[in-house]
Amino acid sequence: MAFADSANPLGPSGNLPRRKRVDFAMRSSATAAAMLAVAVLVIVIASVVAKGASALSLDFFTKAPPLDGAGGGILPEIVGTGLIVGIATAFALPIGVLIAIFLSEFAGARLAYPIRLALDLLNGLPSIVIAVFVYGLLVLGSGQTGMAGSIALAIIMVPLIARSSQEVLRLVPQTQREAALALGMSRWRTTLGIVLPAALSGIITGAVLAIARAAGETAPLLLTSSFFTPNQPVTGNIFGQAIPNIPIEIFNQLEAASPYDHARAWGAALVLVAIILMVSVTARVLLGRSRRKMQR
Amino acid sequence: MDEITQREDGAAPPLMAPLAVSARDSSGLTSREVVFDMSDLNVYYGETLALRGVNMQIYKNVITAMIGPSGCGKSTFVRSLNRMNDSIAGFRVTGQALYHGHDIYGSGVDPVEVRRRIGMVFQRPNPFPKSIFDNIAWAPRILGLRANLNERVEKALRGAALWDEVKDRLKQSALGLSGGQQQRLCIARAIAIEPDVLLLDEPASALDPISTASIEELMHSLKRDYTLVIVTHNMQQAARVAERTAFFSLDVTDGKRTGVLVEYDDTEKLFTRPADKRTEDYVTGRFG
Repeated sequence: MAFADSANPLGPSGNLPRRKRVDFAMRSSATAAAMLAVAVLVIVIASVVAKGASALSLDFFTKAPPLDGAGGGILPEIVGTGLIVGIATAFALPIGVLIAIFLSEFAGARLAYPIRLALDLLNGLPSIVIAVFVYGLLVLGSGQTGMAGSIALAIIMVPLIARSSQEVLRLVPQTQREAALALGMSRWRTTLGIVLPAALSGIITGAVLAIARAAGETAPLLLTSSFFTPNQPVTGNIFGQAIPNIPIEIFNQLEAASPYDHARAWGAALVLVAIILMVSVTARVLLGRSRRKMQR
Repeated sequence: MDEITQREDGAAPPLMAPLAVSARDSSGLTSREVVFDMSDLNVYYGETLALRGVNMQIYKNVITAMIGPSGCGKSTFVRSLNRMNDSIAGFRVTGQALYHGHDIYGSGVDPVEVRRRIGMVFQRPNPFPKSIFDNIAWAPRILGLRANLNERVEKALRGAALWDEVKDRLKQSALGLSGGQQQRLCIARAIAIEPDVLLLDEPASALDPISTASIEELMHSLKRDYTLVIVTHNMQQAARVAERTAFFSLDVTDGKRTGVLVEYDDTEKLFTRPADKRTEDYVTGRFG
């Protein structure tokens, strides 16, 4: 065979230089796109920190917002978000885990597929649609309540918890189930005694991620738990009134005219982001650990 | 391991005889009480006939081995005895499978109850990610056998020849045991609920020779109390431990591969004077 360039016979020849340029261009744009995703996260967090950090103080976590003027904090909103999300979790966690158990332990492939599909569709439903549904069902005619907000958030959380739990349950080796069944255990006993404990940390992780997602949801709360006075004390009366919460407070304060309110909104945004980031990162670390443990 | 080498060298037929004879500690079977009685048993996975026309009687307090090439249905057969195949989509049986005269697949039979009486040990040791003690105590607790639980655990571990090795670390995770110890733990776990029959599906195939030897020794001591059925792809193992041996093979007709029971007899006879040409070819290493 003859070489085009006898000085460097193994150097690029023919259309290889062009192919290499295309290769370089494609690789650079893919890398740039990946960097962009990281950059967006960094920029959002940086701007929230830059604008919100000045609002943070001890008062910010211990006092209610004043009706006007500077100072005050978002204590009722922090407590209220905890309350609404906590109740939503109390609904969504058992239902989600039971769905996951049904899918992985009891349903045949023919039944599991449409249910998984339904969960994925429910997961992809715009949160405003869920909000409108709950609004029509529980709010219209009777007024906003914290409970309506919790139910809307629970609907968002159920498919997340069900799908993530199901994925973890699938990782539990089949040999473990067989071992229990061969000991004369029923399916349910096997699930409760062997499969669930093995998958527990993964299930908790999935639930925590769902909590992080729900804590920041705004649209459902806009229609179900947004008519509150910012300094209204949290009475825990979730059936009778709208409960203050961080996402709506951010929205309300930014809509207000006063610059003090804007500062408080940025501060609240920072608190929300910090909570969600902490929860998500912890959950992912836990998940990685439990995956490794199970695949050993 | 020497036997295998020699067999593969082709010096097989005379070898199997002394081996099989030496493995027998007494002449004749200790019992002729029938535990399992199969007649014309067919096993299907969907439309596929996996196992055809099995006629076989398995005797009480006897070790019965199932040998044969991969895919011949010997595992399928054994898993059909305690309904472990029930969860496999499309699995069904025709014909009759009697256990002490009762149809295993009859109406009104609860598979959970079947498995409680017919325990199983699997190919790969599968201890639960619990302590050694809890691995054994979990099932008895649920079955309501709470009285003298400590004694029950100790008895099971002694029965599986594991007690001396683990008695000081019962609270430690079972996953810290060696493969051979884990398998004996699985046997202890199975006998802790006092089943009637123990099915062992290639229990030593994932173990080293020393662990294998201890499992085989254990089987000899277990047959006093249990009826043992062992699946093995290792003919020497069958010759060493079993009094009765069933040889399964693959029957290929029209491109369909179906497992069939070729021959079932006293181990000694099956290995030295097989009645069927296919058995002879297999036990002398001329298979395939």
